Amino acid sequence: MKRATRKASELEYLGLTVSADSPASGGLLIEKVRPSSPAERRGVLPGDLIVSFQGIKVLSVGDMASTGFSETPDLVVKRGTQDLPAVQVDMKGFEGAPPIDLLAAGLVLGIAAAVIALFMAPTAGIITWVERRVAGRMQSRIGPNRAGPQGFLVWLADGVKSILKEDIIPTESDQWLFRLAPYLVFMGVSATFVVMPFGQKLIAADLDIGILFVIAVTSLVTIGLMTGGWASNNKWSLLGGVRSAAQIISYEIPGAVAIVCLVMMTGSLRLQDIIAAQGGTGSTVLDVGGWPWYWYVFRNPITFGLFFLYFTTALAEGNRGPFDLPEAESELVAGYSTEYSGMRYLFFFFAEWANVFVMAGIASALFLGGWQIPGVSPAQQEASLALQLVGVGIFLAKSWVLIFVVIWVKWTLPRVRIDQMMNLCWKWFVPLSFGAFLLTALWMVAGVPKSVELVISVLTFVVWGAIMVHFIRRVQHNLRESRIPLHLNPFI
Amino acid sequence: MSEVIFTNEMDEEMTLNMGPHHPSTHGVLRFIISSDGEIIRKAVPDVGYLHRSIEKIGERNTYPGYMPYTDRVDYVAAMFANECWAMACEKLMGITVPKRASYLRVISCELNRIASHMIALGAMAMDIGATTPFPWALRERERINDIIEELCGARLTYNYHRIGGVSFDMPTGWRDKCLKFLDLFDPAMVEFDRLITLNDIFVKRLANVAVITAEEAVDWGLVGPNLRASGVKWDLRKDDAYSVYPELDFDIPVGTGRYGTVGDSWDRFDVRVRECRESSKILRQALDKIDEHPEDDILGKLPKKLKPDCEAYSRVESARGDMGCYVIGKGAEEPYRVRFRTGSFTAMGIIEAKSPGLFLADLVALIASLDVVAPEIDR
Repeated sequence: MKRATRKASELEYLGLTVSADSPASGGLLIEKVRPSSPAERRGVLPGDLIVSFQGIKVLSVGDMASTGFSETPDLVVKRGTQDLPAVQVDMKGFEGAPPIDLLAAGLVLGIAAAVIALFMAPTAGIITWVERRVAGRMQSRIGPNRAGPQGFLVWLADGVKSILKEDIIPTESDQWLFRLAPYLVFMGVSATFVVMPFGQKLIAADLDIGILFVIAVTSLVTIGLMTGGWASNNKWSLLGGVRSAAQIISYEIPGAVAIVCLVMMTGSLRLQDIIAAQGGTGSTVLDVGGWPWYWYVFRNPITFGLFFLYFTTALAEGNRGPFDLPEAESELVAGYSTEYSGMRYLFFFFAEWANVFVMAGIASALFLGGWQIPGVSPAQQEASLALQLVGVGIFLAKSWVLIFVVIWVKWTLPRVRIDQMMNLCWKWFVPLSFGAFLLTALWMVAGVPKSVELVISVLTFVVWGAIMVHFIRRVQHNLRESRIPLHLNPFI
Repeated sequence: MSEVIFTNEMDEEMTLNMGPHHPSTHGVLRFIISSDGEIIRKAVPDVGYLHRSIEKIGERNTYPGYMPYTDRVDYVAAMFANECWAMACEKLMGITVPKRASYLRVISCELNRIASHMIALGAMAMDIGATTPFPWALRERERINDIIEELCGARLTYNYHRIGGVSFDMPTGWRDKCLKFLDLFDPAMVEFDRLITLNDIFVKRLANVAVITAEEAVDWGLVGPNLRASGVKWDLRKDDAYSVYPELDFDIPVGTGRYGTVGDSWDRFDVRVRECRESSKILRQALDKIDEHPEDDILGKLPKKLKPDCEAYSRVESARGDMGCYVIGKGAEEPYRVRFRTGSFTAMGIIEAKSPGLFLADLVALIASLDVVAPEIDR
């Protein structure tokens, strides 16, 4: 990926505008100086080169960030070839001075945290409702339908109930760790929402290391589950905690290698870059925007396989069926959460369901083109608010389809055994993911022409279509054979 | 499964207490497990949590008065204990049962066998971690419960059979309801197979797990589906043809070892699935043939005084296998001694012998595949 082109940037608090073509050797060329600004009052002129600021050698605009330690920071500029003596810029009383900057940053962070909490809580809640209703349908029963229309508010009722319950902490448990564990799990999951690319502009923090951040913070979940299992002082809990640690650590490897393949193809760890790379850049409608054949899942047969590999590892990392061994209710009572009740128990499961959204959201961003709209280029999307919202809708729709698949898989398949789970990971997924990594590297070294790549993408998409047609026909045949009365109306 | 090697002498053996309130112990069973992490070294069953002195109660009740108590010998399949007690008393007093009553007994028992197997199959799938088969199986069982409720007024503890016959004849239109249920049930079993029996993960979880060879099965006194899954074709409905079973045409499913070894946990599941189909076959024939016999002739001629002075042993093929009832009468209104021989008790014995080297999850599968019911163990 090319580096972002350097733009002229304004340093508001100094009253300076820095030119785009500053010398590559370091330093910043001043283009404009605002009248009666701190810089102007110290005699800085346009054409000067900033050498150091606050005692730090300036290489890029990033080094000009105010640390807020001093209201009169040192500024060294070079005029022509001559180094001028350091001047102390007085920034007292000017708009955008460091302390206010920090306040604003804090406010933004606070709002972001609130938005994340407000989005994450209902999402996790609604997933529980959807899961229970879908599971009910699959099991020829009704599911919750009392609280609110179609039982929609059952998640609120459950949440309130759990919070009002007595907070039981076993006397024999490790009190502090027992209290801490649910928060660790919760933090691990909620932190991933920071880099969740809901839309082109709707992302809390578009970190340069986005996907790496996701992999890193989800590891916190393992620590939480392990801590909970250990602190409960119950052998079943301990077994659950150990199982979850073994499972998550193992499955992180193939999952991360699968992601590395995509990162290699994109050339960036930023989630927005990965999404942007999954769109056409041509001129006709069929050649621009997020058509399915531009998605990474259909990019070539390797990524097609990688999607399923990644999705399975995500299921395992999220402790979802058929990999729900850590909380296997028929073997380990309730695994790591055996001793938990009330709000703390809720936190564990809140995290689990939020994690379902995270795995679906990350999968749709990595493989399914995220917020890219078919037929619309990212530039067009950036210009129109309506299209931005459509993009958000598309991202959420893809995520919810994957969430449905996660629920569907969980309520259909039996649980695998611990040795089978480990075999699957170490004997199959790890070698397969490394093979895919190697093939992807070779693919990129070979330098397949764009047109050939497009043909392969379209063919992969067609193969997927054929698989789906076959699947639907099988389902129809099975339905006819079993003579099941179908209830197609989703509402009861 | 792969051979388990215990290498480290320094390792700590963990004692796990599984039950009596563990979710997969099917009632109140308790196992004391010595394990090395996930691998079990020994699982010792601790029985007696559901002891209700059912045999002693028999000695303090009259012969007909004991009938409702027999429901509690095996509450999942209450018809069989009913029939077993009734047959023992009939032998004791020399009573002949009218043909129509025999057919009604067969019909009610086979319905109950399906209901019982449905619980066994659903619960076993649930123990393996598949949640959906359980409600599907229970849906079929509910239909059977509705049908039996119309026949005798009860849904779980039927108290339907009587010494010398049965308590009620079929209500009007009951036969059509039965046939309608069977028409729904047969394709439902096809669907059930597709959902769980042949599911790849399910097969891999159960094939070659806790294999019981035919020899071991006989030695440990296993009966019913557990014995047949090991490849021994022994079914009292054929081998000790009681009631009207000789007039009916059906097969005895035995373990095939289709995905592993004969006698593995998957075979025990599969044998029950196929037995449900056979029961459906029996039910269709019995419902067809019952009309050859006059209506309301459902109770044989009983002696004036029920005070036998001899002993008798009867056996029926219950849902959990060979169920025997031994009665000694000493000329009193109450029997001198009542003894039940049940399948679950012997099945429980083999768990300790089979447990070393299994994973925790396999032990759960083994318990579920033997289909033990707690009150059958503790009498």
